[in-house]
Amino acid sequence: MGELRDLYQEVILDHGRRPRNFGPLPDADRHAEGFNPLCGDRITLHVKTRDGVIEDVHFEGVGCAISIASASLMSETLKGKTPAQAAAMFDGFHALVTGHVPDQGGPALGKLEVLGGVAEFPMRVKCATLAWHTLQAALRGDTQPVSTET
Amino acid sequence: MRTSANELNALRVAAPAAGGSVPPLDVARLRADFPILAREVNGRPLVYLDNAATSQKPRCVIDAQAHYYVQLNANVHRGVHRLSQEATDAFEAARDTVQRFVNAARREEIVFVRGTTEAINLVANSFGGRLRPGDEILITAMEHHSNIVSWQLACERSGAVLKVAPVNDDGELLVVEFERLLGDRTRIVALAHVSNALGTINPVRELIDLAHARGVPVLLDGAQAVPHVAVDVQALDCDFYAFSAHKLYGPTGIGVLYGKAALLDAMPPWQGGGDMIRQVSFAGTTYNELPYKFEAGTPDIAGAIALGAAIRYVEETGIDAIAAHEHALLEHATRQACSMPGLRLVGTARSKAAILSFVFDDIHAHDVGTILDHEGVAVRTGHHCAMPLMERFGVPATVRASFAMYNTHDEVDALFAALRRVREVFDG
Repeated sequence: MGELRDLYQEVILDHGRRPRNFGPLPDADRHAEGFNPLCGDRITLHVKTRDGVIEDVHFEGVGCAISIASASLMSETLKGKTPAQAAAMFDGFHALVTGHVPDQGGPALGKLEVLGGVAEFPMRVKCATLAWHTLQAALRGDTQPVSTET
Repeated sequence: MRTSANELNALRVAAPAAGGSVPPLDVARLRADFPILAREVNGRPLVYLDNAATSQKPRCVIDAQAHYYVQLNANVHRGVHRLSQEATDAFEAARDTVQRFVNAARREEIVFVRGTTEAINLVANSFGGRLRPGDEILITAMEHHSNIVSWQLACERSGAVLKVAPVNDDGELLVVEFERLLGDRTRIVALAHVSNALGTINPVRELIDLAHARGVPVLLDGAQAVPHVAVDVQALDCDFYAFSAHKLYGPTGIGVLYGKAALLDAMPPWQGGGDMIRQVSFAGTTYNELPYKFEAGTPDIAGAIALGAAIRYVEETGIDAIAAHEHALLEHATRQACSMPGLRLVGTARSKAAILSFVFDDIHAHDVGTILDHEGVAVRTGHHCAMPLMERFGVPATVRASFAMYNTHDEVDALFAALRRVREVFDG
């Protein structure tokens, strides 16, 4: 039960049930879609940037508790960050959920740390990273939906 | 929402048609034949309920595969040496076993392929080569992707049109709609004998009669049927029947396409290569007789031999006894599912094989699957390669527990104990 509790901490269940920043973002200037064809999780990300800084992030979609909570936590974490800082956070987050401790200290992940339990469940890494892959696409300006399987 | 009618249906799953009463299976003895069932997962005994994805293999199948490589390994149909002769005899004996198992009229109607998917692709490409713009292919809303995409590709090549017969809220094919969609331009019907995502057993004999009344041939995707119900291709009068060994307690990478000889004879080869030719010259080539015309290249010889062993194991166990046992498991599981808060069954057809597909209204299937796995219970979660069907039922994914001859009532109880644990985790 310990590993399960690590995976499904109350914070994650809460964000899965009541995702923050869920819904459209009318004045967003960047959008991207992400899709995990293996489980059917879909996410649409809306990002509003101003003067090279991420001002707001909203998302919509359907998915498991892990993918929705991850998107919700990501949306809270990124406000005020530059795209470069967001990319560094993704690297740190990816290392966290895949169980790879970076050689040098990565960026402070703050609330994202609660998803560390995913490292014990390799089959769920794609759930946790779907929102982040979609964010990268949005910041790159990709119009093609991101798939976890390509 | 599940209606009370659905629930009633679910609890009224039709018993399998077995000739008279069958003696009960000695499941404990059967389980001893499957080495993997002794495994532990996450420190708990393995409860394997993902049989619709692939079933486990009895020792005799594993031994048959090993015996081929230890004693017989040689290429078939080519060598004059002793090993080649013995390998060919064993390989062809497996074809005879398959012929008997599905009651094909002739052994040359049994074509060895990689599996159900390749069997359907063979027909879609070879038979599908005669499709013309405006011709129609009729499938159903409950098909596996292999029985959708193969035909979509055939449509792209030919300009033919794909028609889809709908299902009702219980996951039963709407036969009246199916009949209405059979038209003058329908060139082939392709449908599942048993639905992999819902468990629905289609009334295939009736559907074949409807198609034949209009001169339309029928391909049955039997991947989910052969492990659970007796299949007699002559009694069904189907034109093509496709199935895989690995869902029938056999190895992966080998399967069967049954086709009526007259149809197979009239079809061009699909793949070129060794064994499928009679004579090759640069001026032209003549093709081999059935079934070799469709078996280009070195086949999975060990796989075919092991499939033969799997079929013998099923025959010795008794398909009617297997069906009765699995039906009892399904009833036991359905009863518990219907009394579990927040659980909604997807697929409540009156005639069902041992597949229980369901969702929780507030918990994603993927999360359910992870927690069940943690409890040692292996189920399938996802769209089951039937995305259009998931869309029809308005769910992104379901949890699917699928039963086999070696599953027990205790394992059904373990599934529901684990599902209660899911609720505990999510309800705090």
